[in-house]
Amino acid sequence: MKDVLTENAVTSHTTKISARKVQVFYGTNHAIKDVDVEILDKTVTAFIGPSGCGKSTFLRCLNRMNDTIPSCRVEGSITLDGENIYDKRVDPVQLRAKVGMVFQKPNPFPKSIYDNVAYGPKIHGLTRNKAELDGIVEKSLRRAALWNEVKDRLQTPGTGLSGGQQQRLCIARAVATNPEVLLMDEPCSALDPIATAQVEELIDELRANFSVVIVTHSMQQAARVSQRTAFFHLGHLVEYGETGQIFTNPRDPRTESYITGRIG
Amino acid sequence: MTDITASQAAAMPPSTSSLLAPDARVRRRNAAEARFRSYGLAAIVLALMALVWLLFSIFGAGLPAFRQTVIQFPVTLEAGKLDKDGGRDPAALAKVTTVTYAKVLSASLKAAIADKGIQAEGLTDKQITGMFSQEAPAMLRRAVLADPGLIGQTITFDAYAAGRIDGYYKGRVTLESASRDSNVTPEQLHLADALKEAGMLSTPFNPGFLAMPDASDKRPEAAGLGIAVLGSAYMMVVVLVLSLPIGVAASIYLEEFAPKNRLTDLIEVNIANLAAVPSIVYGILGLAIFINMAGLPQSAPIVGGLVLTLMTLPRIIIPTRAALKAVPPSIRDAALGVGASKMQSVLHHVLPLAAPGILTGMIIGLAQALGETAPLLLIGMVAFVRDFPAAPPAGLFDPASALPVQIYNWTQRGDPGFVERASGAIIVLLAFLLVMNAVAIILRRRFERRW
Ligand SMILES: Nc1ncnc2c1ncn2[C@@H]1O[C@H](COP(=O)(O)OP(=O)(O)OP(=O)(O)O)[C@@H](O)[C@H]1O
Ligand SMILES: [Mg+2]
Repeated sequence: MKDVLTENAVTSHTTKISARKVQVFYGTNHAIKDVDVEILDKTVTAFIGPSGCGKSTFLRCLNRMNDTIPSCRVEGSITLDGENIYDKRVDPVQLRAKVGMVFQKPNPFPKSIYDNVAYGPKIHGLTRNKAELDGIVEKSLRRAALWNEVKDRLQTPGTGLSGGQQQRLCIARAVATNPEVLLMDEPCSALDPIATAQVEELIDELRANFSVVIVTHSMQQAARVSQRTAFFHLGHLVEYGETGQIFTNPRDPRTESYITGRIG
Repeated sequence: MTDITASQAAAMPPSTSSLLAPDARVRRRNAAEARFRSYGLAAIVLALMALVWLLFSIFGAGLPAFRQTVIQFPVTLEAGKLDKDGGRDPAALAKVTTVTYAKVLSASLKAAIADKGIQAEGLTDKQITGMFSQEAPAMLRRAVLADPGLIGQTITFDAYAAGRIDGYYKGRVTLESASRDSNVTPEQLHLADALKEAGMLSTPFNPGFLAMPDASDKRPEAAGLGIAVLGSAYMMVVVLVLSLPIGVAASIYLEEFAPKNRLTDLIEVNIANLAAVPSIVYGILGLAIFINMAGLPQSAPIVGGLVLTLMTLPRIIIPTRAALKAVPPSIRDAALGVGASKMQSVLHHVLPLAAPGILTGMIIGLAQALGETAPLLLIGMVAFVRDFPAAPPAGLFDPASALPVQIYNWTQRGDPGFVERASGAIIVLLAFLLVMNAVAIILRRRFERRW
């Protein structure tokens, strides 16, 4: 594991997303408490922590998906490129085009594979003609390591794929709109090791252009793909730093017990 | 952990019974299951038997309504009687009443009887005239007024037989019952048999049942469903045009956009209650609002349609909301996640998925509205209407009848001929419902094929 970590050493990058004193409430349930995080551009950031600690909740704050939950209230400030995304003038639709998301459970549209991937580019008017759209669909499916499996059946329903294939389809759908930040909530939880390796390769590739935030329950995966790691526990951000440091030399005893398998 | 399992294992010795012989517990469980299955089966068999019996009785009583006994004979339209001035002036022709036409018809019938050599002694003129329906002279008159050129010619005319004669060939009237009946004599029935032998009398399919307007109490043989079918169709159009967009829009708003607060809770409860309000209450509401306040005409399909729309809306909104709710939230998240707006996520993803459920709810709502009688009685749709309403939209304001009201109306009348007509009308109503359900199924299939 050692050499993997040194390979991932972080070069200095600008801040893409910055969260200050973020609180999230579900009704009276205080799910996120006082979280401060700087997510860097062109970097993979991993969120780890025990189940129910608020990783998904925090991730969903970053593209305002929490707006859809009526009981959910977000306080504090989150900025994307210096602009407050919770500002009244911000249209969440525009924000979500910039900050794409892959959900914990694969959720393809009950439409054809092609339409699944083409939907985002279509509604954002990213293409001028069918050939360009075909190009985007192929490129996105290739990036999600799915092209070879589905190229002969693009018009069959996306819901007819296996669970792992569906998840990669969702990844293809998310990258098709060319977001600046990609949020991935346990993208590999339904994948076999080969597909996982392919998705990890994709994440590494995406790092060249995007900032990627990935929630994962696999310590190995966090260590393999991320440059920075944030450890959440009971709604608190316990520790945030370079992946190598978190895994080899955690400062907080809770982090240490989690990565060595004592809390979980 | 280990010691707990160990102590449990000690408390519960491993079972030694054979898998091949079920123990008492399993036998009891299986018996309960078998009993439950037989209850279910019995319920279904009972329901099916009731359905078969219902269909059997309706079809048995109603199918004869689609046939009508007619007497066919040559009618000489003497110019001397029908057009005394010989000017073929429509105004003058219109002054000649059905009484004159009845005389023309009965003279021609007598001539035809004599011509065929049929014995008709002992029958008075009145009895001969009574062979055909009172509607027959009116039909002849309409034919002549439509084409005055017929005067002076001899035409072959299909005269509707009188209701009792018609009933004789449908098993309603027998020689024995005729001897006690003031409306028909056994001699007339003998004459009818003779006419039948001579090929002048037959009982063919009667398109008039579907096309003609209602008729008065004395002539069930002439009563048709034309205006009722048209009125019901107009009302269904009004209900569809109003309740589909309003119902779907309201459901989408409530389900997808409305904030969850006291007010929307209140609206929700009220919609559920409105769906359960007896339909006659909507009739009173319609009477008060549309007729007394808005001054719309009574008996008009537009008022019926509006009242039925009010009644149908909650019954559509509830299944539509259920269909929208059944769409998994992950689909909405997926759409929002790629940057679709709320509206796009609803129109592109949620609505197509909910469409089969919405359509089913819609059709069930329409079917209920089609069969609804009580509210229509209150807004005067029960009036006796002889004139067809005009084509829509103007025709929506003309007086009309409706299928269920017509059925109700016919069952109230004395002549047994109307019982047959009412059953026939029920068959037409059922046919309408079947067609609507078929359309729903076809639409469902089409939407479902698009995943
Ligand atoms: N829609 C919701 N309504 C109310 N409470 C919620 C909702 N979603 C999450 N919570 C609560 O917020 C807390 C954090 O949940 P979250 O889903 O963020 O956990 P997580 O870290 O992603 O867990 P996991 O690893 O199991 O996915 C939990 O206590 C949960 O009960
Ligand atoms: Mg989660």
